Amino acid sequence: METGSAAEIAEALRGTGYLADDALATVTFLALRMQRPLLVEGEPGTGKTALAEGIAAALDLPLIRLQCYEGIDATQALYDWDFPRQILHLRALEAAGSGADVEEAEKSLYDERFLLARPVLAALQQSPAVLLVDEVDRADDEFEAFLLEVLSTYQVTIPELGTVAAATPPIVVLTSNRTRELHDALKRRCLYHWIDHPGLEREVAIVRSRAPEVSEELARQVVGVVQRLRETDLLKPPGVAETLDWARALNHLGTTDLDLESSARTLGALVKYRDDATKVQHALDQMLRA
Amino acid sequence: MKHAPDEVLLGFTRALRAAGVPVTQDRTHGYLAAVAIVGLDDARAAYDAGRATLCASPDDLARYDQIYEAYFNGRDGLPRARQAEAGVPSFSGMPISEESLDVVGDDADVDTVRAMASDVEVLRHRDIGELTAAEKHRLSTLFAGLRPRHPQRRTSRHERWHRGSVDASRTLRASLRRMGEPGEIAWRRRGHRPRRVVLLIDVSGSMSAYADALLRLAHRMTQAGPVETFTIGTRLTHVTRALRGRDAERALIAAGETVPDWSGGTRLGETLQMFLERWGRRGLARGAVVVVFSDGWERGDATLLASQMASLRRVAHRVVWVNPHRGKAGYEPVQQGVLAVLPHCDEFLAGHSLATYAELLEVVARA
Repeated sequence: METGSAAEIAEALRGTGYLADDALATVTFLALRMQRPLLVEGEPGTGKTALAEGIAAALDLPLIRLQCYEGIDATQALYDWDFPRQILHLRALEAAGSGADVEEAEKSLYDERFLLARPVLAALQQSPAVLLVDEVDRADDEFEAFLLEVLSTYQVTIPELGTVAAATPPIVVLTSNRTRELHDALKRRCLYHWIDHPGLEREVAIVRSRAPEVSEELARQVVGVVQRLRETDLLKPPGVAETLDWARALNHLGTTDLDLESSARTLGALVKYRDDATKVQHALDQMLRA
Repeated sequence: MKHAPDEVLLGFTRALRAAGVPVTQDRTHGYLAAVAIVGLDDARAAYDAGRATLCASPDDLARYDQIYEAYFNGRDGLPRARQAEAGVPSFSGMPISEESLDVVGDDADVDTVRAMASDVEVLRHRDIGELTAAEKHRLSTLFAGLRPRHPQRRTSRHERWHRGSVDASRTLRASLRRMGEPGEIAWRRRGHRPRRVVLLIDVSGSMSAYADALLRLAHRMTQAGPVETFTIGTRLTHVTRALRGRDAERALIAAGETVPDWSGGTRLGETLQMFLERWGRRGLARGAVVVVFSDGWERGDATLLASQMASLRRVAHRVVWVNPHRGKAGYEPVQQGVLAVLPHCDEFLAGHSLATYAELLEVVARA
């Protein structure tokens, strides 16, 4: 998986259907080369998670995903002992009546086969791999501190087993929706990239590559409308994900030319708030009439 | 005279730091390493490398672009200083109501008379807007006496407790440990965590007399638990980080440097909308206690303010509106803005004196 330059990365990502601009390609290249985690922020639906999937596919590595949520702790991110199986094992020893050494029996309990590897440990064990820490802003501050520890050394110490270190550090992608500011210490460890909504041409290309069944003409119309909608004042401006959904929805209805009726019927794919729906309806009215 | 490339790059990081981007030593190292990898000759890639290694938020990115332009493209204009924007003290749309005229008229004699009785208890109940500088200074020391308690919310996770409901899994685990021998029953209850509090402080011209005290209050509350503070006026500014410092004076200075629109006009509706879009709806205000400190003097359209408040209330756990003028005798909520927000508030409080702030803290703690 030796990667020579940013252009090669962009090319490899394009092969998986992810279109990265120069800046993103450069940052990804640097993250791989400097072996640093990549922190990606941006509006929802701009392809932050898809980037990690793209990198994994492009480099042909397994993708291990850790979805963060409030209250997540180390046992859900790192490892846990499989308690019922340990008990079962003890009973089995008892039944076999090996009458053996207590210490030996105890030791056999803390074997790697009773270890439930959660995403972070799994990534360290399977590395090279891509570890996606999704929506890290949802987790608590303490969890950030824990991540920091793992990300700086790429190793985990399990008291009963010893230290698990990654032979090659995994490629780590963190995503955040900026519901809160991440801690500076964590940010310092990472390379930072802000993903913006793509321009017209790029977005058309994204729709074409992600949903090839949609015709060029429809894609162009859809993207044109969405880009103008982003400028109007909506509660939740549609992201690329919504553009894709909408284009696919229109395609399923057999639309070849965007008109008022078909767009009204498929509006649910594009806007998810009632207040927005009326605004968009109004804006569409003006755009498509003209 | 030509400089060595690393000197030039280091100089750039210094310029960035001077412009307010928090560039630390290790970031600088990362930057040099990254540029070495992509190569100095590729200007575009070097630019991207800097953005990735030196910046940490969208605000930083904007500043980075400015400095980059000025530093490497050799334009004559130096980057704009951050505080350059002088607030335009315009009160054009502000309705001058009778009581506000009264206040202005009374001011002179009230000050001289009351300055004599500066007992602590009196000071606690005095309108901060009418204090002299010396009294304000005395009052500022009294803020340390406020005891903010944080509101709690129940979490979906349980915690062990000596009564409550039966904790089946822990009981069973304990009994398994004794090879199936039944034993003591374990109990649990729903966990508790501090609920987030969001403060939106109006720093427009009409509120300028209270801005200092409100920031002090915000600082005090920030010390107690998870509080996010924004100032609103013509712009929305996130000042939480500035207020995190332990020392109140320093925190206030830092906050003052962060806010670009002191004593400007008010566009409450628009800034509230910006808050909801950028922060609130994404999660910051969800389930939070939101306290808005404002007099509701709106320059813009009050219907926008009303719709944004309705939207805020749908997202937040409790919305508290604090209006310093409410504590004045004979106050009637007549301003357009206040009328627009009243239906969407859970509480409408006065906020003109230290005593009323203590009341506010009580309301927030019970929310």
